[in-house]
Amino acid sequence: MKVWLSHHQKAALLAIHRLTATPTNSLLSVLAIGVALALPAGGQMLLANALSLAGTNSAAPQISIFMAGNADRKMAAEVESRLKKRGDLKRVQFLPREETLARMKANPGLRDVIEALPANPFPDAFVVSAADEGPEAMERLTVEFRQLPRVEHVQLDSAWVRRLDALLQLGRTAVLVLGVLLGAGLISISFSIIRMQVLTQRTEIEVSRLLGATDGFIQRPFLYFGLLLGLGGGVVAWLLVGAATLWLRAPLGELVRLYDLTLVLHSLDMRDSALLLGFASTFGWLGALISLKSHLRHD
Amino acid sequence: MIRFDSVSKRYPPGVDALSDLSFDIAEREMVVVSGHSGAGKSTLLKLIAAVEKSTGGAVLVGGQNVSALARSALPYLRRRIGMVFQDQKLLFDRNVFENVMLPLSIIGFPPREAALRVCAALDKVGLSSREKALPAMLSGGEQQRLAIARAVVSRPNLLLADEPTAHLDAETATDVARIFHEFHHVGVTVLIATYAGDLFPGARRLQLDHGKLLP
Repeated sequence: MKVWLSHHQKAALLAIHRLTATPTNSLLSVLAIGVALALPAGGQMLLANALSLAGTNSAAPQISIFMAGNADRKMAAEVESRLKKRGDLKRVQFLPREETLARMKANPGLRDVIEALPANPFPDAFVVSAADEGPEAMERLTVEFRQLPRVEHVQLDSAWVRRLDALLQLGRTAVLVLGVLLGAGLISISFSIIRMQVLTQRTEIEVSRLLGATDGFIQRPFLYFGLLLGLGGGVVAWLLVGAATLWLRAPLGELVRLYDLTLVLHSLDMRDSALLLGFASTFGWLGALISLKSHLRHD
Repeated sequence: MIRFDSVSKRYPPGVDALSDLSFDIAEREMVVVSGHSGAGKSTLLKLIAAVEKSTGGAVLVGGQNVSALARSALPYLRRRIGMVFQDQKLLFDRNVFENVMLPLSIIGFPPREAALRVCAALDKVGLSSREKALPAMLSGGEQQRLAIARAVVSRPNLLLADEPTAHLDAETATDVARIFHEFHHVGVTVLIATYAGDLFPGARRLQLDHGKLLP
């Protein structure tokens, strides 16, 4: 066990020595890997923030029911009575047209426009929450409410959340595809670099074999090299995503505020950071392993 | 210690390097294999260290048929054999000390004990004062002595040397030959392939000619 640990320690140190022996080459390789990995990592960061945005700003889906403009309060009361008798609704809130008008007048931007109107333009309305918030049940209720007497318009308020969900699903798929493609790219970079390493270390490999080195002893420094290369790329990608987060935080916050939403852009959390570094190291190691299997096989 | 039983080695496209070779080498024996260039001396050593495999017969080292050894078992055979190569195979980007340390690193020797052994091996071949030097800074004789130190540092019971005195002047060659005699005297089995058999008086001779053993 002690010998095994000592072999690993020496192999890791040798890999670090080889990395630092050619600093420019190593730095450029790590940067290339880092930039490639920053794309899916950045995508994941944006997705996580979009998910948080959806979670923070989407309340339970509701249905708004608007009476006709000329419908009187008696008709509204009848609709309210019908709604309250239903067992499939969680909450029914009546919004009298006067209350809506008062609320709109309280908005400084709208006050002048509303006061210029000859009469109250708002109808009586209801806001309804259903017991079953599933999209199909909500759609069914929407259709049913349209049949109520003197109801002019019914609006399902969760539509934008569903659109956002669909966009997020598309984003997840895009990040996955990008991750797979650029992961393969990382393996390819590691493969080529290790191939070059094997060629330049050919004499040492040959001598070590003649002196009794096992395949494991010969391969270990190269595998550590690939792993460190991937890990270095992962760290660069993490830093790039962090810098992009800081850079985008203010303008993006301003943009979503225009839609009456709040968002503070966060960089990758602990889990995503660990995944990024883990995947980067694994891909680097895997590229080295494939390279060694194909270039040391016939030695 | 070593047994060749009707051993043949044929290289494509049908060149016989060794033909039907049979002999024994006892433990603690010193044997010189001589013959003209291309007689098969180097091939014979390569078969013992399983660098190459015979195409016929059996090569036994310590009772083990090395021709039939699995690839994974080869490193453990080679760790029991000290090898001095014709082209020395030194690592020119590592200093004298690091070159001699390599076999012990491969075995996984504890660093402190390994360092003591390296110093002892360098002392034995007279290179104690050059341990920080790179091989390129050494003379031909010193490089050969470095190769010997690396071969014996793990204290193998079998030492193989391929033309260890080639390209050396007479005085240096005699000095290198003396080192092999010293290892033989402390109980190491020594097998040397050389054209200069006279440098090893007292050693048993095996004469090769076109891959065949002369009587």
